[in-house]
Amino acid sequence: MKLELRDITKRFGPLVANDHISITVEPGEVHCLLGENGAGKSTLMNVLYGMYQADEGEILLDDVVQAFDGPGDAMRAGIGMVHQHFMLVPVFTVAENVMLGQEETAFGGRLDLAGARKRVREISERFGFDVDPDARVEDLPVGVQQRVEIIKALSRDASVLVFDEPTAVLTPQETDELMGIMRQLREAGTAIVFITHKLREVREVADRITVIRLGKVVGEASPTASNGELAALMVGRSVSLVVDKTPATAGEDALVVEHVTVTDPSGIVLVDDVSFTVRRGEVLAIAGVQGNGQTELTEAIMGLEPVRSGHIVLDGREVTGRSVKQILDAGVGFVPEDRKEDGLVGEFTIAENLMLDRADSAEFVRAGTIRAAERDTFADEKIAEFDIRTPGRTTAAGRLSGGNQQKIVLARELSRDLRLFVAAQPTRGIDVGSIEFVHKRIVATRDTGVPVIVVSTELDEVVALADRIAVMYRGAIVGIVPATTPRDVLGLMMAGELPAGTELAA
Amino acid sequence: MSDTTPQHGGTTPPSDSSTPIDGTTDGSVGTPASDGSVGTPASDGTVGTPVSDDRLQDVVAGAPHLMTDSATDSERREGRWSDAMQSIVNGSVLTTVLAVVLALVASGILIALTDKDVQAAAGYFFARPMDTLRAVGSAVGGSYASLFQGSVINFGAPTAAAAIAPITRSVDYAVPLVVAGLGVAVAFRAGLFNIGGQGQVLIAAGTAGWVGFSFDLPAAVHIPLTILAGIVGGAVWAGIVGLIKARTGANEVVLTIMLNYVALYLLAFALRTPGLLQAGGSPNPISPATKDSALLPGLFGPRFGINVGFLVAIAAVIVVWWLLNKSSLGFRFRTIGENPRAARVAGMSVPRLTIWVLVISGGLIGIAGAYQVEGAVTTGFTSGIDAGIGFDAITVALLGRSKPWGTFWAAILFGVLKNGGYAMQAANSIPIDIVDVIQALIVLFIAAPPLVRAIFRIPQPGARRRTKQPSKRKAVAA
Repeated sequence: MKLELRDITKRFGPLVANDHISITVEPGEVHCLLGENGAGKSTLMNVLYGMYQADEGEILLDDVVQAFDGPGDAMRAGIGMVHQHFMLVPVFTVAENVMLGQEETAFGGRLDLAGARKRVREISERFGFDVDPDARVEDLPVGVQQRVEIIKALSRDASVLVFDEPTAVLTPQETDELMGIMRQLREAGTAIVFITHKLREVREVADRITVIRLGKVVGEASPTASNGELAALMVGRSVSLVVDKTPATAGEDALVVEHVTVTDPSGIVLVDDVSFTVRRGEVLAIAGVQGNGQTELTEAIMGLEPVRSGHIVLDGREVTGRSVKQILDAGVGFVPEDRKEDGLVGEFTIAENLMLDRADSAEFVRAGTIRAAERDTFADEKIAEFDIRTPGRTTAAGRLSGGNQQKIVLARELSRDLRLFVAAQPTRGIDVGSIEFVHKRIVATRDTGVPVIVVSTELDEVVALADRIAVMYRGAIVGIVPATTPRDVLGLMMAGELPAGTELAA
Repeated sequence: MSDTTPQHGGTTPPSDSSTPIDGTTDGSVGTPASDGSVGTPASDGTVGTPVSDDRLQDVVAGAPHLMTDSATDSERREGRWSDAMQSIVNGSVLTTVLAVVLALVASGILIALTDKDVQAAAGYFFARPMDTLRAVGSAVGGSYASLFQGSVINFGAPTAAAAIAPITRSVDYAVPLVVAGLGVAVAFRAGLFNIGGQGQVLIAAGTAGWVGFSFDLPAAVHIPLTILAGIVGGAVWAGIVGLIKARTGANEVVLTIMLNYVALYLLAFALRTPGLLQAGGSPNPISPATKDSALLPGLFGPRFGINVGFLVAIAAVIVVWWLLNKSSLGFRFRTIGENPRAARVAGMSVPRLTIWVLVISGGLIGIAGAYQVEGAVTTGFTSGIDAGIGFDAITVALLGRSKPWGTFWAAILFGVLKNGGYAMQAANSIPIDIVDVIQALIVLFIAAPPLVRAIFRIPQPGARRRTKQPSKRKAVAA
């Protein structure tokens, strides 16, 4: 089926999220929508899927104008969506999830599970998915869960499939498999819309590329365009994708983590006997697929998570079991993984957020009263220094974009005297321009001699920043390797394998 | 008056996060400045937010530090005014006022329906409809007129002094609600629901009452000492909750409400036990009268209701305003209220702060307990001494949006309603319970701002903000 969006315009108050966007997707074609966060890609897809009503423009399927009042209408018309966050019920089986929302019942309201199983098997066989219809979704690896989403869409005879940032949660290998699946679907005549901001994937699978910036189509590109060209189109200026950094001049050991084990309250091991050392003036990147213990490891270092056994020593002083306050006071800067939940108070002003972890330091407080003048001067300085785009220091932090929110956290943490800097997913969900900025600041921090830990699930980021890379899998470190390690080796390590003959660093 | 049932209590929701901080509404502080002077690099760069017209402001963002002090000052002053304007326009104040109006209208209907004249006239409504309407008008109008005259200004009074006497008596009713409302508001702002005002008032009345009737001291010492005893009583009683919550993570709603019963029966027990709180020579569960030296002296003589307690309440408003808006401790309170996870990551001790919040909250409510024995019921108290203040305080804090001055005015309104209710009952034989209905309806309408807005066809406040948020959430997803 051919999908055509004609002059779609969607406004939210004075904000134009989609400004006369027109795209066409032919059957048997992968059409990539490339754009930064907030460019309007998801709004466009939500219009297509019937979640929003377009203010202007129309949606055509095979040249017939459609009117979707909700996702149900869109699904019936043959549009399927694979969401970034899976819409699956974890405790249901694959077959149950696939039939959810279009349950077929036999006499007396009995569910026709056998039919659903058969359908799952048919689709899996056709595309070589290898999915067991009776497996419980929560027991399946993330990549397979995503296939369940695809099966779900296909079982509703979707002939237009929308993939919304499908690779965010996948290992490099799983990503490759997904690319293969997309190619297969294309051969079968499905029209595919692939939304992403990862340039490499685009070039690998796309037939056509449409770049969206600030709600407008800014251009089309061919898959042969270089990364730099695509990035420049996305951002509207040339960006350097390579982080400029000199080789590390690593000094003495600063942070020593020895045999650290963290468990959850029920005793399940989350961090499994992890040991590593970070030296002054180097960046140790901790790579791995989301959920392999990186979060808990950083929280253990910060004193947010109790250490079951092992030692954490900073500059010769034991910090295991200290309170968060003591660890912050010892000179540890921390950019938490989930900045909205852990890093900022969304309702507070920028100025207030900038002094959040110094609410009782003499710098900002005198006689129990917050020194408003100092707070505001400091805020203005940091807003300028970190290029935080805001109408003013009194704007609520929650109203800024992800990139600007991250700059607040970064500004706050980097403006103390640091002896260790821990940044967890420092560029998750932020725009390319801000990523460049954040990376530069991290390298600059390293160059002042501060030991840095960067936790990231993005291989690109790991490779760009790291001096050494520790790969985590199921709570343990698979190996610590030099930054020059090839990507395919890192990918295998992220799946828990350490290929024989891999050069280890420390 | 001395009823202790949790009439407005229960599960009153917090005033949510609609206006948690003074001064978050930014207004547009964008001052014109040339790009170059600001020093923000890459002025053509990416705008993370999808708002394209932010770009101009972005460039200007770094400018304020270039301004002179006086400019910053006037900007700050302007900011305060624009904040006030914003919050009026954006509906928090407007919807509150309209909620009060709606509650009065709805109660007016009740008054009309139960009025005998109206019922009689409605019998021949189709013959002479005007009679019914006239009866409705006189019933509702008359009731509210006597409510107003009995609680604010009595226009029929012979002298000016007598004319303003009603409002001073209303303030008298309002004083304990001001301080107790502040206590609840402080807890609200820190994300805690102190439903235990009743228990804290009772314990505070017990401790303050004991100090009040046991000692012979000069008034200058006795009055503050008695108030202090009330503060300590309330603080300890709420502090117990803080301690248990901090240690075990127990839910403070359950704890405070259960401690209400403990306090109620503990006080009843003490009042029945000679040597504790029971007055000698009487079998009744009543305490001895408060000594004269502990009584709060009137500010303008006995004819007016206002006494020194009013000054204490004003002082409490100012202290709480400082605490919440200016102090480091209050900053931390608000942080744990808005986002306890971020508070923890920022090195704040959430359990310790929780204890402090409840101690301060209980201490403020304790002042209300002291006021009850020093100003309201001075001839010896019973276990009904709390007079429903603990629960009314929740309503007051809610109505005042947990802001110090908002709470103050809400308490004054409640004092007016309470005082006027008596006048209405006397003049129009409307049951005083209608006042409770009005109070409950106010809360109901406040809890449902969209309803009020729909009735008055007010546009959604910050409609822009609301639609912006989903698009921003998507921004992360995209």
